[in-house]
Amino acid sequence: MWDIRLQSVSKSYAKDAEKAVNDISLHVEEGKLFGLIGPDGAGKTTLFRILTTLILADSGTAQVGGYDVVKDFKVIRNSIGYMPGRFSLYQDLTVKENLRFFATLFNTSIQENYALIEDIYKQIEPFNDRRAGKLSGGMKQKLALCCALIHSPRVLFLDEPTTGVDAVSRKEFWGMLKNLKAKGITIMVSTPYMDEASLCEEIALIQEGNIMSVNTPDEIIDQYPEMLYAIKSKGMNQLLQELRNSELIATANSFGEYHHITLAKQGTKDLLIQALSHREDVELKSVRPTIEDCFINLMSNG
Amino acid sequence: MSTLKFLLQKEFRQIFRNPTILRMILLVPVVQLIILPLAADFEIKNINISIVDNDRSGMSQDLIEDIKSSGYFRLINYTHDFQIAFSDIESDEADIVLEIPNGLERDMIRERSGALFIAVNAINGTKAYVGGAYLSRIISAFNQDLRTEFSSENRGTAIGVAVINWFNPMLNYQFFMVPGILVVLVTMVGGYMTSLNIVKEKEVGTIEQINVTPIRKTHFILGKLIPFWVLCVIVFTLGMFVVARIIYGIVPLGSIFVLYGYLALYLVAILGVALLISTYSNTQQQAMSLSFFMMMIFILMSGLFTPIESMPQWAQWIAALNPVTYFVQVMRMIVMKGSEFGHITKHFLIMVAFAVVFNSWAILNYKKTS
Repeated sequence: MWDIRLQSVSKSYAKDAEKAVNDISLHVEEGKLFGLIGPDGAGKTTLFRILTTLILADSGTAQVGGYDVVKDFKVIRNSIGYMPGRFSLYQDLTVKENLRFFATLFNTSIQENYALIEDIYKQIEPFNDRRAGKLSGGMKQKLALCCALIHSPRVLFLDEPTTGVDAVSRKEFWGMLKNLKAKGITIMVSTPYMDEASLCEEIALIQEGNIMSVNTPDEIIDQYPEMLYAIKSKGMNQLLQELRNSELIATANSFGEYHHITLAKQGTKDLLIQALSHREDVELKSVRPTIEDCFINLMSNG
Repeated sequence: MSTLKFLLQKEFRQIFRNPTILRMILLVPVVQLIILPLAADFEIKNINISIVDNDRSGMSQDLIEDIKSSGYFRLINYTHDFQIAFSDIESDEADIVLEIPNGLERDMIRERSGALFIAVNAINGTKAYVGGAYLSRIISAFNQDLRTEFSSENRGTAIGVAVINWFNPMLNYQFFMVPGILVVLVTMVGGYMTSLNIVKEKEVGTIEQINVTPIRKTHFILGKLIPFWVLCVIVFTLGMFVVARIIYGIVPLGSIFVLYGYLALYLVAILGVALLISTYSNTQQQAMSLSFFMMMIFILMSGLFTPIESMPQWAQWIAALNPVTYFVQVMRMIVMKGSEFGHITKHFLIMVAFAVVFNSWAILNYKKTS
């Protein structure tokens, strides 16, 4: 059973403008934690806005929970939760007032779905009478998630929920998503952070309105076509320059402590070590690619 | 229905939680109603006059006394050289120059006629016009006195005019201005606050969160308009029965019921305008500029300050398409003349049309953009 289905959906915001979303087809199975991974401006938010019935696609069809986003938008609005990228609750209402307000809009009450939000709500309950605008970033996000869950939605859309959130809160947040998934909610989450991709069951890599690849994170990594090496030595900046100029190297990208490189046809590991023999402390090892490597690879080949 | 109740609850909570908005809504109109009518006074006093007296006779002294004692003029220069007086106008010290020719008294006695010369500084048109008129009136009264003094045989033939000012016997301009200014204040509160409030939801992004809920658009719009409708009625009541009654002693002659009935309808039209403005703007800044533009036209072309009949034809058309015009008229009719519903049926029907047009336009446009 598919909970989210997109069939060649396109959308551009102005007549001659480039397409924000270009001919995207996508299926998300019921109960999956699905990640949309891509940089800013890739079209993630547009896709969310189409799926949450906020805007209409120019062409193509989309279904959520088996309902068409155009024809049955009323049914969909009752059965989805949406957390926009920007904090969109009433800053001048308190935590409790916000939650109650959104509960009543869905004809329900906090008590009725308390079990679902309990784990998250408990953490902000001490601040019940504080205005939402006065909460810290992590708290705001928890409140927003509670409000999106208050009517026990079937599908949850989270647009960049971890952008601008500290590392601890991010980790905590992904923990919460796992728990929600365990309760049977289908979750679609977008993020520009590649390291979060591996926390999803299935991901779509999206770039400039196009989907480059859809698969589980492991599969995507397995599909990486080249041998990938990590290299480091003294003077990392000069090393990167040298690598990029070398005929032995196909690609070289800075990647934290190491540079990730792939070899050109005529290059081998031994030849490379030889070529770099004048440098101090050279360390070269083969590594398993990350999603970011896959993304860069797909981007440059696409 | 319960959705609407919660929307209203939320809206009122937000309004009452924002002390600035509350102050803007309640205090500012009261203060403005106290200050504005004092500033918008059309009675012109302290007109600076420079008199060139070439005659220096008893008669010219009498005339100058009359002018000074009228209370409207302030004699700033008394000279015998027109050039000096004219330089007073050039330096903006004098608004009017009155020149009394040499031999006025002699001519009046011998030939029973004389001529005076008035030069007016017309940079401030109203002041010049009114000042000139006052001066002419004083001179003609002076003339009348002379005539009765010199020629007793003419006494019986002069036509006397007695003027009674209906509805505002003391010609108290405040009776005229305060109800009109109250209309403007209610319009501003309704127009600005409402459009800003709706646009704020767009700007802050809360409308996204609202739009994904199954809430109906009509409920959302009603939830926005009803609180401001109520606030405007409160502002009006405060202005009418506190400020206007206590400070200006204005008591509406007509039926309060008809007055509030018309207010209720008028507010529906004005809130429609506000809703319309909000559908055309995405930020509060845009909404503010747009409302400011609309309000300026609404207020200046409403016949509040200047009679519509004396505007050019095209401007009269704009005034006819301006809802403020009708409420200002109705206010003056009910408050000053004690008009009944029967007298304002035309105004009533026109306002119904405004309410329908503005609101349907706004709702159509609202649907299109979201």
